Amino acid sequence: MIALAQELLGSLARFLERLGGLSRFTLSVLRQCPAALLRPRLVVEQIYNAGALSLVIIMTCGLFVGMVLGLQGHDLLQRFGSEESLGMGAALSLLKELGPVVTALLFAGRAGTALASELGLMRATDQISAMEIMAVDPMRRVVVPRFLGGVIAMPLLTAVFITVALFGVQLVGVQLLGVDQGQFWSQMRGAVELDDVREGLLKGLAFGVACSLIAVYEGYNAEPTAEGVGRATTRTVVISAVVTLVLDYILTAIML
Amino acid sequence: MFQGLDLGILRGQVTAIMGPSGTGKTTLLRLITGQLQAGAGQVLVEGRDVSRLDRRELYAMRRRMGMLFQNGALLTDLDVFENVAFPLREHARLPERLVRTIVLTKLQAVGLRGAARLRPQELSGGMARRVALARAIVMDPELLLYDEPFAGLDPISMGVVLRLIRSLNDALGISSVVVTHDVNEISQIADESYILSGGRVVASGTPSELREHPSPIVHQFMDGLADGPVSFHYPAPDYRQQLLDRTEVA
Repeated sequence: MIALAQELLGSLARFLERLGGLSRFTLSVLRQCPAALLRPRLVVEQIYNAGALSLVIIMTCGLFVGMVLGLQGHDLLQRFGSEESLGMGAALSLLKELGPVVTALLFAGRAGTALASELGLMRATDQISAMEIMAVDPMRRVVVPRFLGGVIAMPLLTAVFITVALFGVQLVGVQLLGVDQGQFWSQMRGAVELDDVREGLLKGLAFGVACSLIAVYEGYNAEPTAEGVGRATTRTVVISAVVTLVLDYILTAIML
Repeated sequence: MFQGLDLGILRGQVTAIMGPSGTGKTTLLRLITGQLQAGAGQVLVEGRDVSRLDRRELYAMRRRMGMLFQNGALLTDLDVFENVAFPLREHARLPERLVRTIVLTKLQAVGLRGAARLRPQELSGGMARRVALARAIVMDPELLLYDEPFAGLDPISMGVVLRLIRSLNDALGISSVVVTHDVNEISQIADESYILSGGRVVASGTPSELREHPSPIVHQFMDGLADGPVSFHYPAPDYRQQLLDRTEVA
């Protein structure tokens, strides 16, 4: 019993230590953001790495998520004789929930792991130490541009995901299952408000901040070994997924 | 790690720091650069205690230093030219034409002007080390630190790096500190050598003075002997008993 209590206390202490480390790291990143924005080339490079290079997976997954949503939505709405509401229902669920959440999970798996492993390898191969010796602050030169790249890319990827997914819903609902095209689009236009779009993009931005921060933190603080880099990459995906879902609940509760 | 360690690096000289593995040679370099802080004692660079410098002062001091890492530590997302240009681009707002001239001059000094557009992944170990050396001298430092510059190099590359250390030291009028195990090679170029063991300096002097040193540790290290005060084997239970012990699985 005492051993169990000691173990629990130890775990709590380690958790608090990590939380403290993450808080200090976050403050340091935020403090250096203005200076990093003065060198836009570095940030643009990272938007390309985190955003453009994730486009294929985002668009592919968006298309299939939309198609599945079309099938399931049509089946459900048919029971109530309101298949024409498919466009409205799909658009709202994609804008408010599915779009930002699935994009964040995909972002964590593609761009987040790439960020964490790149920074971890830079640490393991002394590139971070070399920068410090050259009197170049690795936070400003490496970490912050990557963080900003992820933060800017995430809402854009969310928008792309939602757009492609809506095309998938239309493909299945209208082209395959015969929902009236006019009804599909007009109901969607009538129900979706600017606030819904804003909610989706705000969630995308919030998930972008969380996922990018977790990725750069885990990578930058990875143990400088192959195993350490692997662990940091795994932690990035797991923590990002959990934080995204928890954050989603909190944001939804606030925005409703 | 260190107990009563006292050594000085003289301006304009090549100083070798040698000793068995695990004696803290690389740690000593990290103390000089301020990457680590000494729990006790002082590390003075040009009379200033490194551990008392704030971040701005530490970075200002590091701009006057160069360090060659064991694996080169080249930035893998930049090509050779950009790696060498990196400190210039970060610290000096120079016209592109001048940056190009400086980088090509440094690459010429290490014999790799023709490799300017290669990626670090395309370089051999020796070439990577030479590119890292070009990067280390691009800001014209006053102190150059080398961490195991000969490790893993073939004899030709080793000879080239060896001559570069000496010639750069003399041509640029800098001070060099070389941490190495390679006694014979470094003896050819070092002005002063220190041998560390047990956290302190056990011998110092010119390479020829070290060869005549009476200490058994120095004798063992300089001649590369397995038997001596420094044990080859890590502490372990009795060999015969351990082999016969059937209860121990691993």
